[in-house]
Amino acid sequence: MSEPKYKFLSTPRRPVEDRRFVAGRGKYVADLERPDMLHVAPLASHHAAAVINSIDGSKALAMPGVIDVITGDELAGAVQPLMNGLNTPNVRRFPLAVGRVRYAGEWVCAVVAESRAIAEDALENIIVDATPQPFVLDAEQALLDSSTPVHPEHGSNLLLDRKFVWGPVDEDFAAAAHSLSFSVTWGRNSTVPIETFGVIAEWNGWDQMLDIWASIQMPKYADQIARSLGLPGNAIRVHYDVDVGGSYGVKRGIKHSVLVGYVARKLGRAVRLIEDRLENMRAGDAHGPERKFDVAVAFDDDGTVRAMKMRALDNAGAYAGRAPFQLGKPISAIVGPYKINSVAYHALSVTTNKTVQEAVRGFGQAPTNYAIETAMDRVAEYLGMDRLALRQHNLIRADQFPYLIPSGSHYDSGDYHAVIDKVLAAADYPAMLAERDRLRADGMMAGIGIAACLEPSGGNSSFEPLLNESNKTSTWMESCQVNVDALGCVTARIHTTSSGQGHETLVSTILGEVLQINPELIRITRPNSLESLPGNSPVGSRMAIMLGGAAARAGEKLKAKIMAIAAHHLAVDVDQLRYESGDVIAPDGRSLVWDDMIELAHRQYHSLPDGMDPGLASFDIMQVPTGEALPADGKVQMYPCYAFEFHLVLVSFDPIIGRPDIHSYFIGHDCGTVINPAIVSGMTYGGIAHGIGAALFEEFAYDANGQLLTQSFLDYLMPSSHEVPAINIVKHCTPSPHTVFGQKGSGESGYLGSPAAVSGAINDAVAGLGIHFEKLPIRMSAISDAIAAKSS
Amino acid sequence: MNDVTLSINGKAVSAATEPRVTLLDYLRDVAGLKGTHAGCEHGVCGACTVLVDGDPVRSCLMLAVQAEGVDITTIEGIGGLGARAGELGIIQDAFCEAHGLQCGYCTPGMILAAEALLSVNAAPSEHDVREAISGNICRCTGYVQIVEAIMLAAKRLRQRNDTSAPDLTPA
Repeated sequence: MSEPKYKFLSTPRRPVEDRRFVAGRGKYVADLERPDMLHVAPLASHHAAAVINSIDGSKALAMPGVIDVITGDELAGAVQPLMNGLNTPNVRRFPLAVGRVRYAGEWVCAVVAESRAIAEDALENIIVDATPQPFVLDAEQALLDSSTPVHPEHGSNLLLDRKFVWGPVDEDFAAAAHSLSFSVTWGRNSTVPIETFGVIAEWNGWDQMLDIWASIQMPKYADQIARSLGLPGNAIRVHYDVDVGGSYGVKRGIKHSVLVGYVARKLGRAVRLIEDRLENMRAGDAHGPERKFDVAVAFDDDGTVRAMKMRALDNAGAYAGRAPFQLGKPISAIVGPYKINSVAYHALSVTTNKTVQEAVRGFGQAPTNYAIETAMDRVAEYLGMDRLALRQHNLIRADQFPYLIPSGSHYDSGDYHAVIDKVLAAADYPAMLAERDRLRADGMMAGIGIAACLEPSGGNSSFEPLLNESNKTSTWMESCQVNVDALGCVTARIHTTSSGQGHETLVSTILGEVLQINPELIRITRPNSLESLPGNSPVGSRMAIMLGGAAARAGEKLKAKIMAIAAHHLAVDVDQLRYESGDVIAPDGRSLVWDDMIELAHRQYHSLPDGMDPGLASFDIMQVPTGEALPADGKVQMYPCYAFEFHLVLVSFDPIIGRPDIHSYFIGHDCGTVINPAIVSGMTYGGIAHGIGAALFEEFAYDANGQLLTQSFLDYLMPSSHEVPAINIVKHCTPSPHTVFGQKGSGESGYLGSPAAVSGAINDAVAGLGIHFEKLPIRMSAISDAIAAKSS
Repeated sequence: MNDVTLSINGKAVSAATEPRVTLLDYLRDVAGLKGTHAGCEHGVCGACTVLVDGDPVRSCLMLAVQAEGVDITTIEGIGGLGARAGELGIIQDAFCEAHGLQCGYCTPGMILAAEALLSVNAAPSEHDVREAISGNICRCTGYVQIVEAIMLAAKRLRQRNDTSAPDLTPA
């Protein structure tokens, strides 16, 4: 794929967003000032579970500068419960606790004051009388009948219990020569952006309009606020020109937004809630999956893995949130990149008295990949086979695409073996093995980690109808508008906020490619939600496919109009015309340049083809490729595109200290046609760093009383520049047949495989001692303790 | 409340200020300089990094009243000599060239940490760069392109013709 196929695409170009950020001129929600703005501080529950008997805010209300104290009872009388995608009507969630608190940190009530400092001072003067209740923290215990339901009205802690059987699982297990089973646990962590969530709501009673500025990454955000507040959809105006300081899935903030929206309307003022770090970690409702996997695999002597049974039990926390659906996305790549013939999948989601989950990078795929890759390592160990050879034996071959997996998705394209060969060559794999053995000879524990996995991208949110049959979603569209002004300048509108993904660069590059105009001359704007076409925000690695696709299609429509105008003017059949860098050239050499077309379209209606509208503008609302059908028989084509990544990592540690040191990190990455190389590489590096954190450091740990222990950056450890090594990306390009340029998603790359790879490396290092680490994160204390226990 | 007068990017700013107000909040809410960001407000993430007499300091851990009598440089005070709006300094330009950022939230702190390093070490090793930014958490990039950006900036700073003054001089 090295021929210069594109003028701007896949070429090294500076992301246009970077200029304002390096100057400190990003516009984040906390940077915005509104007239007479009020500030909100929430009061956190001390109890993991308690019945609220009374809340006395009178002392707080008497303080100068305190305007209001809002309770859950007041809110529950005024707003609808927050959206819950499951049919669990008795698991009701409001922004503030109503009647009972269900986790330590949950917002009991909220103070509204003239400044955040005053609001925080006032929290100390609120008297809450509450009676502690039994609580449950562990997911397996939550399943027991003897456990107290987090929501007594719901009757149990079970949110989701679905069993799928795809293919002849029992027959494959019976026919296979061997089988083994194991359990692994993915610890509770999250993306923890450096900017906490924040939102400003401002009510204008004369216009009957609620303006919202938020650090948001959420599909159908305005709709959800309108439904909860009982306002018409067109009374909510979300401003998309707010920069978001990182999200990677979690910046949903719906409870915060409904709370400040309600207060803004009640008081007729602008109201702001910016989480502090403690609120963000304890009650931002932005934790990620906490998942236990029980896996069994059936395989033959030659390493062929025939079938897999997987039970995935997820600890959702106190309310449904998005947690149950994060068991759904992995169905779309449930066999990873392997030719596993049949799968049984049991997805369980339970409530516990922990913080609520939100969507996290990969939407459940990274934990599942960790379980699948652990299975591959265990099979290799069982058979005494090389881990790499085992994977190569089971991988789907390049000539088998499109490849239908048992759960109903076709993988679009790929050449997994070629990517792995490239990585092995780039890393000098024999030398890496020799280095591992040298480290071992020097008394270190050293291991190599291997992980191969897929990044499903650009889908329809089909896990919703798959897990909830009353949900009939079969589109997850995205839109783009393009206008060429009377001076010939191109402006495109996108209908979302961005949190570092470079969507302005994406759209300007693609429009530049289609129109053959320098992308730097194309302006990208972000109108508010009322001026926008339908879209679903940057989730599920979808924007290169869907926003890029919509931009390309809008550009093609514009180009088609230009060609029609030129054909009419030159009296030539349109098929005979050539478009070149904005000019249109006839076979006889006559041409119209860009400015001629602008003059015709904008001023000379009499020169346009009959019936053609004046001006040069277009838009496109794009449907998800391959996403036409609802699920049937527990199967669905969930994503159009599947990117591939292969991780190879060498880790060592001192057997007494146990602190892992990553010596070298290679990743082979094939996400089809790359739009902007620096952006894609950056997301991959960042995803790997995030995955190293999940593998080694990061966990929201609770004590036996349900109190969150890791609630600051001193306890919740994120990788610094010392923990993340230099990373070598080996690129490969297998275009997708389903997208305009062959692009696939890349927003979750790196994170999907690095936890599995790092875990594999550490397990390889201790394999000689017969140790298996079966829970992430694998902290240095766990490593040194396990080795010490074996030695003593 | 007493008047607190600070020297920020070469200009004097004065306002009646509660003793408990942090330098971070003073910069953002009093001086109106929004480029300094709050990340953790307990001194770990480095998003609020400013330069105090040229040294990187976490403005969330310093009270505004403690900052009287020192020279404070924020991201708004960084740039080429006599920089105007739209003109980038060499380090900022290198961050754009290497795409040493994504969401931009930690970026001002990273650039100030890089300024502090390169003002005392013209030819840092990769290890020196990683050490200099190790107190600044970035969640987007995995640091790879940030390290590239700072190494590139160091090279360009060494190669520039202008030897008159370091970049730290406020505009």
